[in-house]
Amino acid sequence: MKLLRIVPDDTKFRFVRYRRFSYPFSAIVSIVTLVLFLTVGLNFGIDFKGGTLIELQAKAGRADIGAVRQVAATFGEGEPEVQEFGDAGGLSLRIPIQPGGEIAQAEVVRKARAALESTYEFRRVETVGPRVSGELVQSGTLGTLVAVIAVLAYLWFRFEPQLAIGAIIGTLHDIVLTVFFFLVTQIEFNMTSIAAILTIIGYSLNETVVVFDRTRELLRRYKTMPMQELLDLSINSTLSRTAMTATTTFLSLLALVIFGGPAIEGFALVMLAGIAICTYSAMYISSPVLIYLGIHGEFGRKDGVAEAVKASAETR
Amino acid sequence: MTRYTPGKIVAVLLLCVLSALYAAPSALSPETRKSIEDSIPSWIPKWIVPHRAIVLGLDLQGGSHILLEVDAPDLMRAQVATLRDDVRRILREVRVTPQGGIGTLPRGVQLRVPEQADRDRLIPRLQEITQPVGGLAALGVTGASAAALTQGEGGLIQIQLTEAGMNDRVRRAVEQAIEVLRRRVDSTGTTEPSIQRQGANRIEVQVPGLQHPERLKELLGRTAKLEFRMVAEPGAVDVDSLPSRDNPGQTLPVERRVIVDGSALVDAQPSFDQQSGRPVVNFRFNVAGGQRFGQVTSESVGRALAIVLDNEVISAPTIQSPITGGSGIITGQFTVQQVNELAVLLRAGALPAKLTVIEERTVGPGLGADSIRAGTLATYVAGAFVVVFMLVSYGVFGLIANIALAVHLVLIFALMSLTGATLTLPGIAGIVLTIGTAVDSNVLIYERIREEAKAGRSILMAIDAGFQRAFATVFDSNSTMLIAAVILFFMGAGPVRGFAVVFIFGIVTTLITAITMTRMMINLWYRLFKPTRIPF
Repeated sequence: MKLLRIVPDDTKFRFVRYRRFSYPFSAIVSIVTLVLFLTVGLNFGIDFKGGTLIELQAKAGRADIGAVRQVAATFGEGEPEVQEFGDAGGLSLRIPIQPGGEIAQAEVVRKARAALESTYEFRRVETVGPRVSGELVQSGTLGTLVAVIAVLAYLWFRFEPQLAIGAIIGTLHDIVLTVFFFLVTQIEFNMTSIAAILTIIGYSLNETVVVFDRTRELLRRYKTMPMQELLDLSINSTLSRTAMTATTTFLSLLALVIFGGPAIEGFALVMLAGIAICTYSAMYISSPVLIYLGIHGEFGRKDGVAEAVKASAETR
Repeated sequence: MTRYTPGKIVAVLLLCVLSALYAAPSALSPETRKSIEDSIPSWIPKWIVPHRAIVLGLDLQGGSHILLEVDAPDLMRAQVATLRDDVRRILREVRVTPQGGIGTLPRGVQLRVPEQADRDRLIPRLQEITQPVGGLAALGVTGASAAALTQGEGGLIQIQLTEAGMNDRVRRAVEQAIEVLRRRVDSTGTTEPSIQRQGANRIEVQVPGLQHPERLKELLGRTAKLEFRMVAEPGAVDVDSLPSRDNPGQTLPVERRVIVDGSALVDAQPSFDQQSGRPVVNFRFNVAGGQRFGQVTSESVGRALAIVLDNEVISAPTIQSPITGGSGIITGQFTVQQVNELAVLLRAGALPAKLTVIEERTVGPGLGADSIRAGTLATYVAGAFVVVFMLVSYGVFGLIANIALAVHLVLIFALMSLTGATLTLPGIAGIVLTIGTAVDSNVLIYERIREEAKAGRSILMAIDAGFQRAFATVFDSNSTMLIAAVILFFMGAGPVRGFAVVFIFGIVTTLITAITMTRMMINLWYRLFKPTRIPF
């Protein structure tokens, strides 16, 4: 039986050359991310914004979104957001934090039940008070920071400084691009999104580490090979593994997007985008960093940028 | 070629069998599980015999998660009020009248006693309440001194609650509240509620499969402080104006002195008034409460008694005759459901402080069932995708990776059953994701073997070198994932933590299945078929 190979053997793609395109591209996307973050902003869920979320399912037939929107406006202060959700007949309602505190917020739910319980099934009711949402923002931000620092520390011990810097630049790049994805799609940003970002941090490093392990090995073996060539060889020789793993992970997540139901769809979509981002950045962002940083002493090489510049000056 | 001793092989096989056994109860019916649990002899620790199913999170089985917070300012106000009462009592006992009465401070009281002789009599008595024992000990303050007494110019005396005393009080209030809440929730007949302290001043209540979360919330949030006081006569001092339940918008002057409060109740039952047929609550006092109530009602025939619940007058009947039997009824404009709930609340006792619902997450049973269905389907489809893909890519080696993947999943389930970890919807997403990433270690190793074979090594050498060289990478890549997952576990709450748990278990078990087990299977395959080249 002929077995499937996604990537042919002995590829000789010259990946790091494309940094001329990938770096400006990622720089532009990063700036756009910053601009979008400040202007449009993330679509924060009630975890971080506080308020009440209600998911409804029409007991018979279709949901009357107009009628629900009208009656929802009477539940409390502020503009309620009413959207179709999941299958036919599903609606989601978001009511902002009430100025009257927890008691006013509970009143919103009571009014909603009184008005809608006869025609809709209340599938989910979540209320997050302002103090809890504030704490969740704190722990979410802290968690992401601690993850980056912990991973940095691990890389520092396990790899040479240059490789660690390359990996961390790649990871930060992946976080920024994931945020970009959140901004463009306006997928709700909640606690599960933090889980997605942390998983993407893990996956991003995974990808980079696989390439860098090979880079390190090749550095020891080929003392004189030019850095660019050596990086291209690292990426090419791990390419079929990268393609295989990206495919299996992609297929799993695809199953989750299609069949996992509306509650998990956002998470799965973000992870799906994350896999693509991580795979791209391991090849085109983290590895080329080494060309700029150079690799000194440890491997008996002398092809850091500074030396290279000096050498070219001397020959001239 | 690495040889595995029979001992090692047996150990791995045993691990597979054990994990299958521990994962199995989830597939059984609850009744079967119960009967297994009941048949375990008492001398065997229960966890040794697999009988536990995976615990499903509230987002999968439906239910309510409610986070309550003790209202510290409210507790402080109550403490200050008690302090005031104590000071007033002592002043009466030593017969000292302070200049200008007792003033209230944010966290204490102050009074002015200009006469040195009065102060000499008063101060030692007041110091009793600042001691850890005596005075405030009745409030349950132990250890740190509850209040501090300071003297100022012109005979000024201030008594203020200390930080330590206040913290201690909050801690005790949370403990008492947990007891009261447990009695209240139990009375609703819900199965397996979980009521736990969270942080310094919070209580987390989790109740699975609830039909009426609003009723539960009402039940949890009510302080249910019942007091019997006299309606004040015109010109009386120390009077509170309390709202009346029967006449909304109106207030009633009520004496601040409490005759008997809810803590003196030994029982409360819903009932019907024999004359009017209206729903009422029957109650019975303990001996001390009954005597005190009898005494006051004999002295006050013809006056109105105020029944106060949570600072609201629910009714104010006129005392027709002394009530000495130690029991009575609470009348008012109630529905049947309201008297039922009131009786529950009175039986369970009052909360030591007001509780505020600061977070609520309720999932209906329909959504939970749908989520399980969708999650299971996604898991099967993801599994099928990956299994087929590995087979067409690696042939026999793909089959080996798939067997390892199956064992890997069983191991995760077994670990979750054994540790009692909760499976949530994000947890299911974690399982699906793990299916995709678990084969990564196999892929790393296989690709390496392939490279080594292409470099001209014999098949045995290639397999050995492949495993050896890929190990560092497999270890590194799993470590980085593990770091992210562990942080997520410590930081996340509820469903998200469920995701972290699955991921951590997944990473740990990969190292067993993708390395040791895979290698054993490849060895076996080699010995059986004596292949001359790598089959992919």
